[in-house]
Amino acid sequence: MSALNKKNSSNRSQTEPAFVRWLLIAIAMSFLTLFLALPLAAVFGQAFEKGLTVYLDAIREPDTLSSIKLTLITAAVTVPLNLFFGVTAAWAIAKFSFPGKNLLITLIDLPFSVSPVISGFIYVLIFGLQGWLGPWLQEHDIKIVFAVPGIILATLFVTFPFVARELIPLMEAQGKEEEEAALVLGATGLQTFFLVTLPNVKWGIIYGVILCNARAMGEFGAVSVVSGHIRGMTNTVPLHVEILYNEYNYSAAFAVASLLAFLALITLAVKSVAEWKVRQQFENN
Amino acid sequence: MQFFKRHNNVLPGFGPTLGFTVFYLSLIVLIPLSALVFRTMGLTWGEFLATVTAPRVMASYKVTFGAAIIAAVINAVFGVLVAWVLVRYRFPGRRFIDALVDLPFALPTAVAGITLATIYSPNGWVGRYLEPLGIKVAFTPLGIVLAMTFIGLPFVVRTVQPVVEEIEVELEEAATCLGANRWQTLKLVIFPMLLPSILTGFALSFARAVGEYGSLIFIAGNMPMVSEITPLLIITKLEQFDYQGATAIACVMLLASFSMLLIINLLQKWSRRYAE
Amino acid sequence: MSIEIQHINKQFGDFTALSDVSVTIPSGELVALLGPSGCGKTTLLRIIAGLETADNGRILFNGEDTTASHVRERRVGFVFQHYALFRHMTVFDNVAFGLNVRPKSTRPSKGEIREKVMKLLSLVQLDAMAGRYPSQLSGGQRQRIALARALAVEPQVLLLDEPFGALDAQVRAELRRWLRRLHDEIHVTSVFVTHDQEEALEVSDRIVVMNKGRIEQAGTPDQVYEHPANPFVINFLGNVNLFHGRLSQQDAEQHGPVEDAVSYVRSHDIEIDRKQQDSTSLRAEITNIQKLGPTVRVTLAIAGNSKCVEAELTRDLFQNLGLQSGEAVFVRPRQVRVFVEDYQI
Repeated sequence: MSALNKKNSSNRSQTEPAFVRWLLIAIAMSFLTLFLALPLAAVFGQAFEKGLTVYLDAIREPDTLSSIKLTLITAAVTVPLNLFFGVTAAWAIAKFSFPGKNLLITLIDLPFSVSPVISGFIYVLIFGLQGWLGPWLQEHDIKIVFAVPGIILATLFVTFPFVARELIPLMEAQGKEEEEAALVLGATGLQTFFLVTLPNVKWGIIYGVILCNARAMGEFGAVSVVSGHIRGMTNTVPLHVEILYNEYNYSAAFAVASLLAFLALITLAVKSVAEWKVRQQFENN
Repeated sequence: MQFFKRHNNVLPGFGPTLGFTVFYLSLIVLIPLSALVFRTMGLTWGEFLATVTAPRVMASYKVTFGAAIIAAVINAVFGVLVAWVLVRYRFPGRRFIDALVDLPFALPTAVAGITLATIYSPNGWVGRYLEPLGIKVAFTPLGIVLAMTFIGLPFVVRTVQPVVEEIEVELEEAATCLGANRWQTLKLVIFPMLLPSILTGFALSFARAVGEYGSLIFIAGNMPMVSEITPLLIITKLEQFDYQGATAIACVMLLASFSMLLIINLLQKWSRRYAE
Repeated sequence: MSIEIQHINKQFGDFTALSDVSVTIPSGELVALLGPSGCGKTTLLRIIAGLETADNGRILFNGEDTTASHVRERRVGFVFQHYALFRHMTVFDNVAFGLNVRPKSTRPSKGEIREKVMKLLSLVQLDAMAGRYPSQLSGGQRQRIALARALAVEPQVLLLDEPFGALDAQVRAELRRWLRRLHDEIHVTSVFVTHDQEEALEVSDRIVVMNKGRIEQAGTPDQVYEHPANPFVINFLGNVNLFHGRLSQQDAEQHGPVEDAVSYVRSHDIEIDRKQQDSTSLRAEITNIQKLGPTVRVTLAIAGNSKCVEAELTRDLFQNLGLQSGEAVFVRPRQVRVFVEDYQI
């Protein structure tokens, strides 16, 4: 009965008068329009301001294409690594209890609270010319900072927690009864994981991966510190946007930026679906 | 691993997974971060203090932390409002708006930066209407507040929203049966329940704003002593090969982040205080 | 304060929660709304409180129409199944809430509030807990605090929604006896919702049996138990056996042979004997014996009847008879109720 009552609670006495409701909705929507919808519209507006040809030319330009390639490579390396880490960490943390668990969770979240500039800077301190390993690396002619490996390392750092922090609470909430049931029925550890655990957290993984990917492709601050900004070599898409913008080539800057904005929209769409699926799964249980 | 065996868990893989977790965490996060701390220890106390309290650096703290607090306050107020409206009211486009709230998480900061700078420049979409009123946003500290509000926007909404969802209807009904009017119910019953999550969201929004770089440099104007943020100062020092200066300032920022992290953890513990 | 419920209807979309419900609750009584889940009892309670609005019909308090008045003005005390205590307030502040939110002109002074709250806390025997938070109390203690909080505003009527539903069996039994004693002390008109027939029979002055949005029967516990108005009521109150067709020759002679008549016999009204007593005795075989503490439940297969019959007898009687599983015996219904559609003999 109470479920029925809640669904039909529109006439319940516990709500604000209609004009207050609409006033609050109006204020909230104005705020969101000003801060979210307007900038989003502006990216695409500016990108197509000078017409489709200018837009396409900006994107087909070799430096842009090479920056897209580098960004895709970076994401292709960092996302799987952090996915593997996230799943492993979630298994250890969610399914077992051990001393220091809360500390470990806090440490995993650490990269979120560190400024992106510092995230890049620490790798310069280690691998840079004046860094710990700098002289040795130079002797052996290995370039990490101001080269692709540095970009990948900095991106690994900033996207480190995404998958893990989505999966840990999800797997904790699901408990370990199903896994125990599978083991009792004779499944091996890996069978249990792939046949029981993984299907249950599928949407949580998708959610974590899509956010991890968005950050990997869009990271600016950390990558900016370690990249060295060599056009056509160590420029990712966000860095290329910065260069174009600073050269007052606004149309091209926004054209390239619109690719990233488009990625953001896809991310939001997939995120909404994944969130909805996770919620549904919980309600069905 | 013998130490953990007493928990008597039949699930396999604890040793390898925990081992890999700690190894990878150390490799990617802990060792690089400790490099910063060790580097700072290489400085004498006098050098360190002189670097981090130089007038230009002090001015950058003021701009960064001041703007971050203002932005977090704006986000706390509007974040609670948005969360309430999204959970409690039904109106066309609600689901779409709900998804859009996360835009600042998904949109790369550089894109946000150039867009905000363009909209609020004197001849931009919004800037042109503010210009005659004498309000300058782009290339001033006001622009920094604006960009920080943008990137911190989802935090309060996303921490408060689930708490609003979980408020049992019965609590409001009980308050009404006991004679409370709507305002009293909001003030005495609902607000105290939301407060921990509002503070958590505020702290998260503040922490994010303090460390932010990408969306700020385009709109800040980056004038030393006026609109130069601390993260930019680290990069400037780095570009001048002043590693010591960069390290010292970075260390101060790192300490600030850790303090915020500690406060956020305490807030979350506090919010579970009455949990059953 | 009497409550008159007149022709209340309530729809939730396609679902009819209440249809034309009318009943009067006399002043000062403790009344149970009894029925299976989904029967509309909670909805009726919420409509009395004003938490829900009826589609049509009226609610009168002491003859005065309250249909249009807001929850706040009805002065009802409402106790929720899951307590609905304010987690961030101490026990004291929870109980004081209703007094603290009064407009300045009618609000008692701090001292008066304190005195009143402490008096209520001692009434519910929790004066030592004033400074605790709800999370530090047991379920039974929380429900007593919820009751004290509802009583603090001196309600005209007290409404309780499955007040013991979330508690374990022992606390439940203890608390309902305590509620009965409390009601004898304060005599405020009270309505409580329950799906537990034992609870309704034990605690209330009057029982309103509901099913599918309608009232099946209203009366004292004795009336409802001894003279059930229809098959639903007899089924819902106590374990009952069904026999298709007439059981006694006498009935059949009086009312003529009606094929679709159903006879109902409560388990404890079935006698088991080794000898045939009279024409109402039926031949049966014991198929199962279950010992349930003080009573023993015997399942019997009756010759020529596809359904099994359950009889409940005291342990003493069971031991005196020395019954064995598989044994052939005779059963005789002590009291039979025959219903033909809605007609009771």
